[in-house]
Amino acid sequence: MNGFITSVDERMRGVALGVQEYFTLGARASRFVAARPFYWRDMLYQMDRIGAGSVPILFLTGLFTGMVLALQSSVELAKFGANIYIGNLVGASMVKELGPVLSALMVAGRAGSGIAAELGAMRVTEQIDALESFGTDPIKKLVTPRLLAGMIMLPLLTIMTDVVGIAGGLFIAVAKVEIPADIYLRGVWTTLALSGFVFGIFPRDFVGGLLKPLVFGAIIAGTGSYYGMNAQGGTEGVGRATTRAVVTSSILILATDYFLTQLLLVILPPVL
Amino acid sequence: MSTPTEHLRHIPHERRRRVRAAPEPAARGAAPVIALDDVWLEFDHPVLRGATLHVDEGDTLLVLGESGTGKSTLLKLVLRLLLPERGRIRVFGGEINDLSFEEVLAIRRRIGKVFQNAALFDSLTVYENVAYPLREAGRKQEPEIERIVRERLEFVDLDPEQVMTKLPGELSGGMKKRVGIARAIASDPEVVLYDEPTAGLDPLAIDTIVGLIRKLQHELGVTAVVVTHDIRTGFRVASRVNLLREGRIEFDGTPEDMIASDDDYIQSYLQAA
Ligand SMILES: Nc1ncnc2c1ncn2[C@@H]1O[C@H](COP(=O)(O)OP(=O)(O)OP(=O)(O)O)[C@@H](O)[C@H]1O
Ligand SMILES: [Mg+2]
Repeated sequence: MNGFITSVDERMRGVALGVQEYFTLGARASRFVAARPFYWRDMLYQMDRIGAGSVPILFLTGLFTGMVLALQSSVELAKFGANIYIGNLVGASMVKELGPVLSALMVAGRAGSGIAAELGAMRVTEQIDALESFGTDPIKKLVTPRLLAGMIMLPLLTIMTDVVGIAGGLFIAVAKVEIPADIYLRGVWTTLALSGFVFGIFPRDFVGGLLKPLVFGAIIAGTGSYYGMNAQGGTEGVGRATTRAVVTSSILILATDYFLTQLLLVILPPVL
Repeated sequence: MSTPTEHLRHIPHERRRRVRAAPEPAARGAAPVIALDDVWLEFDHPVLRGATLHVDEGDTLLVLGESGTGKSTLLKLVLRLLLPERGRIRVFGGEINDLSFEEVLAIRRRIGKVFQNAALFDSLTVYENVAYPLREAGRKQEPEIERIVRERLEFVDLDPEQVMTKLPGELSGGMKKRVGIARAIASDPEVVLYDEPTAGLDPLAIDTIVGLIRKLQHELGVTAVVVTHDIRTGFRVASRVNLLREGRIEFDGTPEDMIASDDDYIQSYLQAA
């Protein structure tokens, strides 16, 4: 029993230390955004890998999500003879929740794991030691570009997912449920306009939908980097780092999504 | 606890106190270039237990010891890639534990390191690998960098035309090692740390490396630390030998002293080799 308590205590202390190191890494990586030399090439390369590399899977994610949303809502709405509101449902769900969250989860699985694997391999083969031995700060060189690339690319990818999802819904609405395209699209627009505008032009939900991926992008790149940089114990350790990066960032994304939604309701209250 | 990595560990040090940068080479005089004083370090088991050693300017120190005794760890401590639990480490006359991170980076740029498994950057070509320290120091233009890279590759018996555009994954183990050496000496370091520089090389390549270490030593006065299990090669370049055993330096002297020693362990170690 005593041993059990000690081991729990040690684990908790390990977790607390880990969280502290995680935020220290994040803080240091962000500090270098303004410091020279700034590794531009590395950042552009990472933007290409995280961004362009994720387009196909996010296209498919958006397409099928939009389609299934339209299909499901048509079944439910038909009960009330309210099929013309399919656009409202698909638009709201895609832009507010599913677009940002699904994009983030897919990118975590694809690019977050890649970051952890790459940095982990560099750690266990002493390449990070080598960088340091030539006077390079590995956080500035490796983590900062990935963090920025994630924060820049995820909002853009999310916009794409949103648009493709709405288009997928449009396809089902027109082809299967036989709702005219303009009614569907007007539905999408009214929902977005309904909750008000930021600065008079940007729909509130749209702004909220972009703030989330900005944070999710940081979570994905930060978590991948953290587990990669701290990988230990050869190739097996790299595998462990990769798995942990995906699991941890997925959970963090889902939890953060709730709190961000709550926060957005406070700072950008919807107009009723 | 295992030792957290350097980038996370040094943070409290930055705040602790600001210390003057290490003195320039001119001010060095008789002080050793590298000095470890009563250094203790443990991972999940104790590795160094009061290790004390020094390397004088122009010296080539050979560090011997069984596998797993902490030879690579010693080299990492010198670069402050690890921090000791106890003890002082002085490099270029200054204590490195107290330096800020930026000051440590400046010290590291003056030291070349050959890693045990080459540690070439996978995503960069051979050319970019060797050019890396030069670009990082940021004082040279590209044509000059290219000239130096070619020269260094020829120095380690590689044909620049053939290897420059290759990625490390396309090289044999021995070629990687030589690229690693070319990279370590690219920016004319004052000190070079060699971790197993000849492991996995054929006899002719070993000869080349020995010639290279000697050349750096005699013509440029480079101070060196060589870690190797290849005692024969080690003795060909060393001006002094240290034997690491059970976390401490058990023997310190010239190669001749070592051969003449009547210590049982030393004799059995030499016999076995
Ligand atoms: N990062 C680390 N985490 C945990 N233990 C480590 C770490 N690095 C080294 N060790 C342990 O420290 C000891 C010394 O390792 P080191 O690599 O310095 O040995 P070595 O003398 O260079 O051996 P070899 O001749 O085989 O290269 C080993 O027992 C090793 O398991
Ligand atoms: Mg070693």
